[in-house]
Amino acid sequence: MKKLQSNLKYLGLFITIFLFSILFAVGSVMYDGFFSLQVLLNLLIDNAFLIITSIGMTFVLITGGIDLSVGAVVALTCMLSAHLLEKVHMSPFLVIPLMLIMGSLFGFVMGYLIQSFKMQPFIVTLAGMFMARGLCYVISIDTITISDPLYQAISQFRIPLPFDSFISIGVVIALVTLLAALYLANYTKFGRTVYAIGGSEQSALLMGLPVARTKILVYTLSGFCSGLTGIVFSFYMLSGYGLHCIGLEMDAIAAAVIGGTPLTGGIGFMTGTLFGVLIQGVIQTLIMFQGTLSSWWTRIAVAFLLCVFIILQRVILSKKESRKVLTNTAAKAS
Amino acid sequence: MNKTNPILKMRNITKTFPGVKALSGVNFQLYAGEIHALMGENGAGKSTLIKVLTGVEKLNSGEIFLEDQAILARTPSHAQELGISTVYQEVNLCTNLSVAENIFIGREPMKPGRIDWNTMEKRAEELLGRLNIRIDVTKTLDNYSVAIQQMVAIARALDVSAKVLILDEPTASLDASEVEKLFTVMRQLKQEGLGIIFVTHFLEQVYEVCDRITVLRNGALVGEYITADLPRVQLVAKMIGKDLAELSSCSKLDAADDAGSKEVYIAAHNMQKQGTIYPFDLDINKGEVLGLAGLLGSGRTEVARIIFGIDKPDDGEMLIQGQKKKVAEPIEAMKAGMAFCPENRKSEGIIANLTIRENIILALQAKMGWSKYISRKKQQEFAEKYIKILSISTPSSEQLVKNLSGGNQQKVILGRWLLTNPELLILDEPTRGIDVGTKAEIQKLILELASDGMAVMFISSELDEMLRCCSRMAVMRDKKKIAELAGNEVQESIVMQTIAGVH
Amino acid sequence: MKKLKSFVGSREFWPILSLLLVLLFNFIFTKNFFVLEIKDGHLYGSLIDILNRAAPLMLISIGMTMVIAIKGIDISVGSVMAISGAVAATLIGGSLEMVNGANASGTAMPLPLVILIALGVSAILGMWNGILVSRIEIQPVVATLILLTAGRGIAQLLTQGQIITIYYTPYQYIGAGYLLGLPFSVYIVAAVFALTMYLTRKTALGLFIESIGINQVASRFSGIKVKSISFWIYAFCGVCAGLAGLIYSSNVKCADGNNAGLFIEMDAILAVALGGNSLDGGRFSLIGSLIGALFLQSITTTIYAIGVPPEITYVVKAVVVIVICLIQSEEFRKAALGKFARNRRELSEKAAVKS
Repeated sequence: MKKLQSNLKYLGLFITIFLFSILFAVGSVMYDGFFSLQVLLNLLIDNAFLIITSIGMTFVLITGGIDLSVGAVVALTCMLSAHLLEKVHMSPFLVIPLMLIMGSLFGFVMGYLIQSFKMQPFIVTLAGMFMARGLCYVISIDTITISDPLYQAISQFRIPLPFDSFISIGVVIALVTLLAALYLANYTKFGRTVYAIGGSEQSALLMGLPVARTKILVYTLSGFCSGLTGIVFSFYMLSGYGLHCIGLEMDAIAAAVIGGTPLTGGIGFMTGTLFGVLIQGVIQTLIMFQGTLSSWWTRIAVAFLLCVFIILQRVILSKKESRKVLTNTAAKAS
Repeated sequence: MNKTNPILKMRNITKTFPGVKALSGVNFQLYAGEIHALMGENGAGKSTLIKVLTGVEKLNSGEIFLEDQAILARTPSHAQELGISTVYQEVNLCTNLSVAENIFIGREPMKPGRIDWNTMEKRAEELLGRLNIRIDVTKTLDNYSVAIQQMVAIARALDVSAKVLILDEPTASLDASEVEKLFTVMRQLKQEGLGIIFVTHFLEQVYEVCDRITVLRNGALVGEYITADLPRVQLVAKMIGKDLAELSSCSKLDAADDAGSKEVYIAAHNMQKQGTIYPFDLDINKGEVLGLAGLLGSGRTEVARIIFGIDKPDDGEMLIQGQKKKVAEPIEAMKAGMAFCPENRKSEGIIANLTIRENIILALQAKMGWSKYISRKKQQEFAEKYIKILSISTPSSEQLVKNLSGGNQQKVILGRWLLTNPELLILDEPTRGIDVGTKAEIQKLILELASDGMAVMFISSELDEMLRCCSRMAVMRDKKKIAELAGNEVQESIVMQTIAGVH
Repeated sequence: MKKLKSFVGSREFWPILSLLLVLLFNFIFTKNFFVLEIKDGHLYGSLIDILNRAAPLMLISIGMTMVIAIKGIDISVGSVMAISGAVAATLIGGSLEMVNGANASGTAMPLPLVILIALGVSAILGMWNGILVSRIEIQPVVATLILLTAGRGIAQLLTQGQIITIYYTPYQYIGAGYLLGLPFSVYIVAAVFALTMYLTRKTALGLFIESIGINQVASRFSGIKVKSISFWIYAFCGVCAGLAGLIYSSNVKCADGNNAGLFIEMDAILAVALGGNSLDGGRFSLIGSLIGALFLQSITTTIYAIGVPPEITYVVKAVVVIVICLIQSEEFRKAALGKFARNRRELSEKAAVKS
């Protein structure tokens, strides 16, 4: 029993990895040409941007918060980079760091509002989303195509791998981000404080941890990830457009949740999030290979998974709570 | 043990909250290498004293010395740096983190650029080993019982090199063997020269581990005693505020007790809930005031909650006027004729942002259902009626309840329930934190209601008012109903002896 | 004088004032804003246009007000709106049939039945949210997130990913028709509003809802059926969203699974907050929310009228949300307005002494 309980935490993660393998195996059996390294790598290539945002989102979710602005901030980054590159003719070497700073700043302001004025994260980031989308349109209503040579070059560059396969620069950036996130989450005081806040903000305060600073930094980090996503996405799409990445925030949340990060905070796995993204990708690929099913099935399937995982997490939580009830009723008595 | 020089001295501590004097000129001292019990009933000032000491609250006047140095903790973490650590009943750790991490978070051992998990885990094992706890420190804390969690909290406190360790109600949620384990650790720490302040309600535990006892009552110091020299009955007397000499002369003024002719309103049989309350039987008759006596945490409130359908019992049945009834929700209990004034006025009683009128009619309206709306005029009448009967002091019935004083809020809740015309009224600490005049009014009201034929179940920490009101008493101790006293037995000395567990 | 004072103190004061300010702005800067024309016996003009366009948002704001009053939130309303429109369009089906140059397209199912089924589906979706929140006890944001994600997929599934044009003219009456000179949708809003007002102010439901929003535990202890009320509130919000979906799809004469009701949940929350309602639940004002919805639509219309790209409204809305939340935040008031509030209190005390 005890063993089972200790594994409950990882249950979501195991199920996700297992599910991913199953889905990939099913695809391989059913469709010719599915079982290849390149199909697997394409999952990464097509979802590199989602991996980066989802990692930022995972950090926010671990603290028990939420960031609905990510999709809009990505769109804003694309739009602003396109504008600066094409209309202002700024050097890409200046644009890229500038975009990262802008994303971080955007996150910082939201984090500051949330922490200092005890505003609900969900409302503040909603406002952030409106703001970022609106700013996109302030820059331009129409699509701006990026023709900058460096962006073009990066976009077309293929890093060759054995067995005639390749990946894009975006994948490299995503994987580096993943490694950095793993280090940050598991080997730094900042990362551990993030988990502690999600476990119990009250306890974290009593243990003398820098709660306020960490919470603001988490939103800043998410903003930074959105900025980075914006850059990777503009490599991928080579354009800026106000309607880019609508609903990306939901995909990112779904990736984190399916990867074993409950929305109640305190628990979260960066690797899980990677698989959360890959599952969405593999579903998409399956539907593509199948040919007759339409793309909206992806959405329904993802929502179904999301639902199952949320209910699963709720069940795990209530199991834990039933053990805590004893404590609480006794606590109430005194 | 240096008896002449205490490690911690608190002198003339005074603390006032708006309208209340929580502590007035309290002295307290703790020696190194002793376990010192801090006792008192609700509102006695124990928790305020601890809060002042650990920097949660600022004191108004007084001095605190730690090893002869004047100190003043600004925050709990500052107090910790000074060497005063607290372990609360509700463990203040992060159960989602590993045991080792809970001990060291914020002070993790580092390798260049990263946390050194191996060293951390090794040191955690050593530290827990000192407390004779051998567990897997890499597992998350929620894999372990509350008892172990408390040990981990103690280990964390020790690692910050505590001189004074405060254990605030640590045993409230532990079972007997876990308590024993905690005591072993406490004794060992005492041997190592730590000063331990032990806040608890359990008398037996005090007599088991504590060297000395400080008793507070109503924010004032009653006295400091050597445990071995203070008989239990006297300790209870000091906490409740009665002298033993006074007790023996006092007897129950017997109001023609015709218990035999009374009709049973509700009969609970073998009701129980694991970990909350042991099986109990309880009858309440019409027209009587049944008292539930016992110290805090003895299971009084739990009995009330189960009867009123708030908590679901694991087993047992309930007969209401001879009919077997299942009561799974408060509304069902109300429909069966019950009413319940909860102990926690703010969080369970009042609806703060609604008016007095709305608060008063709420239960009746809920009982009638949403479609049978009580007209505004009727609402007004009801509210005015109970404002008058209960003499609630307010300019109008449209005042928001949150703006009333505690006593008036309590009266509003009483009004809410009286309006439903209940056959059984359960009152859990209805007079807590209320001024003397109002207390007397409420007691009088209880007696009147009973003489009109209502069954009343009365829970209070003040024995005095219980004796004045109750014709029969069930005595609770350690989550068990241990005795039922009626007639001549409802006497201060007997009740106290029963509570204290000496016969 | 006293009446004026109590009006200034009421929660509807600020929303009404803001609405009046926007209208005043238009009165000065926008030509013909207040001109009402009668064409074919119908009223035309910017004001009527605002009323008509705001109808879906007003309906959803009514539902959202109730959900927020019990300390919940429903972010799936936009998806429900899309589904309801898609259900109606699919059931009506058919294609364009012209008889003598006039549109004479039919419907595959009688219109009342179509409406009933669409609303029924919306109610079921709302109940689904209600079950997740009240029985399984998942936080409202998370619970309704599921339907938000799934909803658009379901809507597209119904329409096979197409934007289905609705040719059946009687259906178009719902969102674009006129009755006694006013858009029909205005009557629908009025009816739902009147029904909700009746249920919350002439029965005890309003009291129960506010009570739950303020203190759930105490409400349960007082005998209120917290779970069942919460459940029905979510179902009601679903129906409101469904009705909004019908009006919208009827107005634009098509069902678009992707864009119908996109971001309307944000607007609805904003309307509720603008209406002087606390997002922490408890006391609520339906009128306030309606005015909030009208205010939002007026801003959009104004921005159109003065020739600024309409997408700028997003930025305006973002600023408005932050300002409202800041005003509602106790920490902010303490920090920023502490001094101001003190001054005001002193002033009012002086005034009190004088009078």
